[in-house]
Parts: sequence; structure tokens; C-alpha cells
Amino acid sequence: MHELSVTENILSLVRQYAQNANARKVTDIYLVIGRLAGIIDDSVQFYWDILCKDTLCEGSQLHFRHVPATMLCQDCGNQYTLEKELTPCTVCGSPKVTVITGDEFMLESIEIER
Amino acid sequence: MTTSRVPVVEKIMDANDQVAQQIRQKLDSHGILAINIMASPGAGKTSLILKTITALSSKYKMAVIEGDTAPVTIDADKVLASGVPAVQINTGGECHLDAMMMSRGLEQLPLEQLDIIIVENVGNLICPAAFNLGTHKNVLIASVPEGDDKPYKYPNIYRGVHALIINKTDLLPYITFNIDYFRQGVEMLNPALATFPLSCKTGDGLSEWISWIENQLNTRKAK
Repeated sequence: MHELSVTENILSLVRQYAQNANARKVTDIYLVIGRLAGIIDDSVQFYWDILCKDTLCEGSQLHFRHVPATMLCQDCGNQYTLEKELTPCTVCGSPKVTVITGDEFMLESIEIER
Repeated sequence: MTTSRVPVVEKIMDANDQVAQQIRQKLDSHGILAINIMASPGAGKTSLILKTITALSSKYKMAVIEGDTAPVTIDADKVLASGVPAVQINTGGECHLDAMMMSRGLEQLPLEQLDIIIVENVGNLICPAAFNLGTHKNVLIASVPEGDDKPYKYPNIYRGVHALIINKTDLLPYITFNIDYFRQGVEMLNPALATFPLSCKTGDGLSEWISWIENQLNTRKAK
């Protein structure tokens, strides 16, 4: 739901890096999105296409690298991936778990033309 | 023409986080405790804020920042009627408050006179979780009619909070709400989270919540 504001953030970061690199055009944007970040690719793509009009990013491609949600059990040390909803430790059933990966939401790199 | 790859590696929410950090410094320099209240629409954010004002406004100088997606002043009017300054922020359709909006809200308050600022975020369990406002404590209200599965369905908002209020406990006899299932979800997301079951309607459990706020004030003053 907040994809419009986060897409605006992505665009401003991309423009800043593109301008510093003297880019004439940005062709590709590489994003990292964790499963727990709550960001929907399709919505970002939708807003991206609108926001990019008449900027040096117009026509650029978004690439999403997804990071799974990995949990660590504090009681038995088991590491497991959340397939669907939040579940206690898949080995010992303990609810004492911490998130190791899945929160990522980053701009990794861009591809530009000079 | 040459093409090249430019490495970036920046968090997308970084711009918001930086503004939030400036807000925190500003609040700290005035010795203000700021609390961000989040919940779904109808969970009782305004009711809780009004009860909190009733309990604390004779002892501490308080103010409220009200976030709403529509240009309405219903909540701000209620707060003003209780004798406490309130600032209304219309998010212009946005589903959350962000640090810039918070910053504009703070500009309208007499910071040098205040002890506590309560922020009422937009009613929503998803988006407010992603935007740090620079507040010291983030508090979530879950009301029992919403159901016991909310930690499982909206995990992010449960992970970032410092206290959880379970509101409308007076409705428990009439509603299927498995508190053990609810608490297990919360425990996985936010172990040992300070939790306050209460009813804004009857007043049951409110005093524990009020003491928690006063404890936060005292620990901050002691620093």
C-alpha cells in the first residue's frame, strides 16, 4: 500500500547515483527485497513506470532479487525458512525465534549509459 | 556511448530514517518523550489517547499529533476539547505518517513547554510499520474484535513496537479470541513485549499502561 512513497524513494536514490556518475540514461535498476519487507513487486513496477516518465530513468527495467525469510530458533539452534505464515521452530516447536534474513529492502546497483 | 554498472547498496528507507534521527535529537534536546500509536481503524487509538490525557495531563504537559488520510479534524477536535494542544496532519491519501510529516507537525507545537507528545498514526497495520518517525516508543493497539490471528497476518507491525495494548477486553465474553494463540504469535515476533490488556470503555487495566508511560518518563529523566 505504501509502494508509491517507497517507489519515490527509489527514484530519488537512482537519480542521485546516476547524476553523480554522469549518466545520460539509466537502463536497469537492481533491487533486493526480503520476504518480510512487505513490498509488492508489481506495485513498485506500476508506480515506477509512471514516476519515470520524462526522467533519465524512462524505459528502464526493474530487477528484483528476493531474499527468503529465514528464522533461527533460540532454543535448539535450528534454522528454517518460512514457507507461508509465521510458524514456531520446525524442529522443537519453540516460539523463541529470531529473524535472520527477510527484512532487506535495498537498491543494490544501477546500469547506466554515458 | 558506454554502459556501466554503478554499485549503490543503500537502504531505500534511508532518507526517512535520517529525518527520523534528526527528529529524535530535537525531541531529546527538549527532554520530550514521544510515543507513536499505531493500530487498525477502530481499534481505539483516539479513545486510548483521550484516557491517557485524562490520567496524565494534570502532571505533565502533553500534546498530540493526529495523522489522518482525509482532511477531517474529528480526532484533533476531541483532543483539543480535552484541553491539550493538537496538530492535525492530513497525509493527502497516504496510508501512513512519515518522518517529514512528523517534522512538519512538530514545527507547530511549543516544544520547549512539553513533556509528552503522542502521535496518532493513520489507522493501518501495514504501512506505518515501515516508516520510522523518530519517536522513542512505538505502541500497537490490537483490539479483540479484530481477531487473534493478526500477529500472523501483519507480522511487521508487531516486530517494531515497544508495547502492545490489547483493547476492548470487555468484549471478550462475546467474542472468539484465543489469547494463547495470539500471544504465541506475538512472542515469536517480539519476545517479552510489554503487553497491556485493557478496556478504554470500562477503564480496566488502564493504570498499568499509565504507569508504563510514567516509567518511560522517569528512566529518560534519570539518564
